[in-house]
Amino acid sequence: MAVGWRGIGFTHKEIVRRMGTLLLSGNEAVALAARDVRVSLGTGYPGTPSTEVLERFSELGGPAQWAPNEKVALEVGLGAAFGGGRVLVTMKHVGVNVAADPLFTAAYTGVTGALVLLAADDPGLHSSQNEQDSRRYAVAAGIPMLEPSDSQEAYDFFREAIAISERWRTVVMLRMTTRVSHSKSRVTPKADAINPPVPHYERDIKGRVMIPAYARMAHHKLRAKIAEMAAWNETSPLNRRVDRGSDLGIIASSISYIHAREAAPQASFLKLGMTYPLPMETIRAFATSVSRCVVIEEGDPYLADALRAEGIAIESKDEMYRFGELNVHRVRRILEHDVSPEPKPVPGKPPQLCNACPHRAVFTALQRMDCIVSGDIGCYTLGVLPPFEAIDSCVCMGASIGVGLGLRHVLPEEEARRVVSVIGDSTFMHSGVPGIIEMVYNPPATGHVVIIVDNGTTAMTGLQEHPGTGRRLDRSEAHGVDFEALLRAIGVPEVHVIDPSERPSKFVKMLQTALDGNTLTVIIARRPCLLALRRMEKEEQAQPCSIGQTQA
Amino acid sequence: MNSQTKVVNVVMAGLGGQGIVKASDILAGAAHIAGYDVKKSEIHGMSQRGGSVSSDVRFGSEVFSPMVPAGEADFLLVCDPTQIDPNRHMLREGGELITPDTIPFLAELDNSEEAQRLRRSVNVALLGALSAHVDIAENAWIEAIHENLPAAVHDLNEEVFRRAQSAERDQIALTAKR
Repeated sequence: MAVGWRGIGFTHKEIVRRMGTLLLSGNEAVALAARDVRVSLGTGYPGTPSTEVLERFSELGGPAQWAPNEKVALEVGLGAAFGGGRVLVTMKHVGVNVAADPLFTAAYTGVTGALVLLAADDPGLHSSQNEQDSRRYAVAAGIPMLEPSDSQEAYDFFREAIAISERWRTVVMLRMTTRVSHSKSRVTPKADAINPPVPHYERDIKGRVMIPAYARMAHHKLRAKIAEMAAWNETSPLNRRVDRGSDLGIIASSISYIHAREAAPQASFLKLGMTYPLPMETIRAFATSVSRCVVIEEGDPYLADALRAEGIAIESKDEMYRFGELNVHRVRRILEHDVSPEPKPVPGKPPQLCNACPHRAVFTALQRMDCIVSGDIGCYTLGVLPPFEAIDSCVCMGASIGVGLGLRHVLPEEEARRVVSVIGDSTFMHSGVPGIIEMVYNPPATGHVVIIVDNGTTAMTGLQEHPGTGRRLDRSEAHGVDFEALLRAIGVPEVHVIDPSERPSKFVKMLQTALDGNTLTVIIARRPCLLALRRMEKEEQAQPCSIGQTQA
Repeated sequence: MNSQTKVVNVVMAGLGGQGIVKASDILAGAAHIAGYDVKKSEIHGMSQRGGSVSSDVRFGSEVFSPMVPAGEADFLLVCDPTQIDPNRHMLREGGELITPDTIPFLAELDNSEEAQRLRRSVNVALLGALSAHVDIAENAWIEAIHENLPAAVHDLNEEVFRRAQSAERDQIALTAKR
């Protein structure tokens, strides 16, 4: 073992003394499982609640890297799995949208090795722009889906996902949620290793080159594979029954199962671990064995709709429980069909930009200049809150540039001139570059102004590196993309770099000149994130003694 | 294994940067070392930017949900006075509210250098007070403190933990006499 457990709260001595029982988050459990089955590559893009998986995997000595975005991550992962590798690709739910293009066709091509796509949903929107339910993706793409409900299952199911991926040569989705990813519970790791296959290239032109003629055949093969997996799932160890009385039976998966066990201790349960393709006969048998059968699920009525389509008689939650997370109280209410208004949560203190955050100077100026700000995803989205209230839209990663251009195209000139796109450095690397290409290709009559708020880190998700920082996931040195050179190469006529915190009036003047003119302008507002600086100082101080601490 | 089979529900709350998550890691770690089933849940992400933070820890012979149901917390530990009201609904009737104000030596701290030093470990002081109420052995607490904090602050945090624990024990004894 290259790295000790200190990083996640446990010394090696501790593991041994406790006979292998660890207290881990779901994300840490997946990372440990990935290490234990010797995953050959872990890649992804940071996104709450998925981020820690690759960080922990790296700390445990696993080969982990950040890709510029989820699409690239999945493509790199797919190539590695074509080559026979065991691969883990991680992202948050909205990242699956970005990776959807390769995903849907990867379902056709399948893999030679193993490819597990970890998609982490965020019911209740703790840190996301929407509440989408990734389970729909597994169905739409045609890939099997496993849903762990706690950290032990996160560990076990990841190993099982690898086995399923290798057996059926398919991409497998491991669907997490915020509570599964971030809650800690006890995990007993398995001693036996599943030995990884040796990477090698297998030529399979008809299976891998998705021209229409070959893709038609691949689609038929995919559907046959799904039927086989559905039959296997009828008796798979991933689903289990808890038999109590026959008055009430509950069908549940993921964290909903855990809440429901507490809310209805007397009920019988069918706990589903593999939720696509569904074991319909197992479900039908369970449903008919109880007088009342209720599906408990968070988010969309995915299970309920699927079971009803099969003619299985079940009760499901009322519409009000589609929104937000479930918990023990809400499950009790669902079981009683209680649709009375729920107590409103007492508002806490909202998050805000740090006191000395470099973004503050930018939003102070944008507010004073009464700009129409097309915003993006990151810490700087907090510029929407008082005292700034200086963001007018925020949709998805990279959208600031396209949305800003669209506004400029249609607004009357005096309004068009107030439009500014604001995007962070990590977001710019993720999906901002095509927006800049669009800007020089289809420039609005009034030109446009883009501000890249470059704090040198992916701050919102916890200070991850990206292709512009010059460091990799494990902080080793890498080539850093030169933003100025890139923008000039694309053809942006005016590229400026400034630190608005240090020179606020010069920044305002620069911005005003750009807004008044018709020239396409990108202003890079560059000043490092304070939290990132502090961490770097700490790491440098810790360097001399870190070897003794981390080698186990 | 301990005799305490009923699940103990603890909610810790404060503001980003006050060490709420760290303190709940120590509590969950101590319960784990003591042999309990334990679950812990909190929300990361946006809340790190100075906003409200709360963390749920549950331990006993078998724990299901990682989230403490509202109105079922046996203990509510709050680092920042502004966060008491938003979390009070979590406490069950007769549950114990523990804040820096309920710990005499913390409430009496002045502005001396020594006081500033101690104040930095308010989160661990709350755990010290909690430890007087729950069945987790001393060594499990100390071990969890060691595992979760850098060596340079072990002594300070052990001291704060013990002072808060003995102050709370004194208060419990006093209440019992009355």
